[in-house]
Amino acid sequence: MEMILFAAAAVGALAGGVGVIASRPPVRSALSLLLVLGSLAVLYLLLAAQFIAALQVIIYAGAIVVLFLFVIMLLHARTGEAPFERLRAQRTVAYVLAAGFLAVLVTVLLARPVAEVGAAPDGFGTAQAVGAALFTHYVLPFELASLVLLVGIIAAVVIGQPAGRAR
Amino acid sequence: MSVPLGAYLVLSAALFTMGVTGVLVRRNALVVFMSIELMLNSVNLSFIAFARQLGRIEGQVSVFFVMVIAAVEVVVGLAIIIAIFRARDTVDVDDVDLLRG
Repeated sequence: MEMILFAAAAVGALAGGVGVIASRPPVRSALSLLLVLGSLAVLYLLLAAQFIAALQVIIYAGAIVVLFLFVIMLLHARTGEAPFERLRAQRTVAYVLAAGFLAVLVTVLLARPVAEVGAAPDGFGTAQAVGAALFTHYVLPFELASLVLLVGIIAAVVIGQPAGRAR
Repeated sequence: MSVPLGAYLVLSAALFTMGVTGVLVRRNALVVFMSIELMLNSVNLSFIAFARQLGRIEGQVSVFFVMVIAAVEVVVGLAIIIAIFRARDTVDVDDVDLLRG
């Protein structure tokens, strides 16, 4: 059962990944990204990370992809890809390098046998468990994260102003 | 039958490589951005897989922070893309090659 779910989610994620980098209209890339994010949420559930799976759906699928879609619609007039031909040589090199990179990664990952995944401890990965860690050991980074969010909001407002009103 | 950790790691490596490929071959700034999200997510997957294997919650806490930073990054990045589009009428990363506007 777990294997079947994993296989389905993995196929979804890989198909979505190919869709992101291979489809011409940006909208299709964004929807493929949604497929990847959804599949990863399923994998997180398999890995006993319910809280993170919920966050994945809410933040990534809910907020980030919608933001992407908004921007694509805003710019929709001319977000088509420039003609491919400008980059023909680099493109081949990029594929070769990427394949080599993947080969190195997989070789390293499979170089030594990995331990079996044991049973998760009780209550592992629930909102309670993650929250307890966040608000005790990691409370300072947590507060800093809120500061980073604030800075991000201000930056978006400032950068998003029409030119001329920026200063 | 449970899925071995290696399967998650290989999947994560494949997704990361796709993200790298996307950054290398695509010239549309939005798609480059999505490829970066792909890479962030693949790393999140290995974080979660290792957290599960080691039975420690820290991996999931790291993923939480990665998500926060990714959200901020997307907001600021898309604002920059919109600003560039307003000024230059393009989202092609090859057309924007001067620091001086």
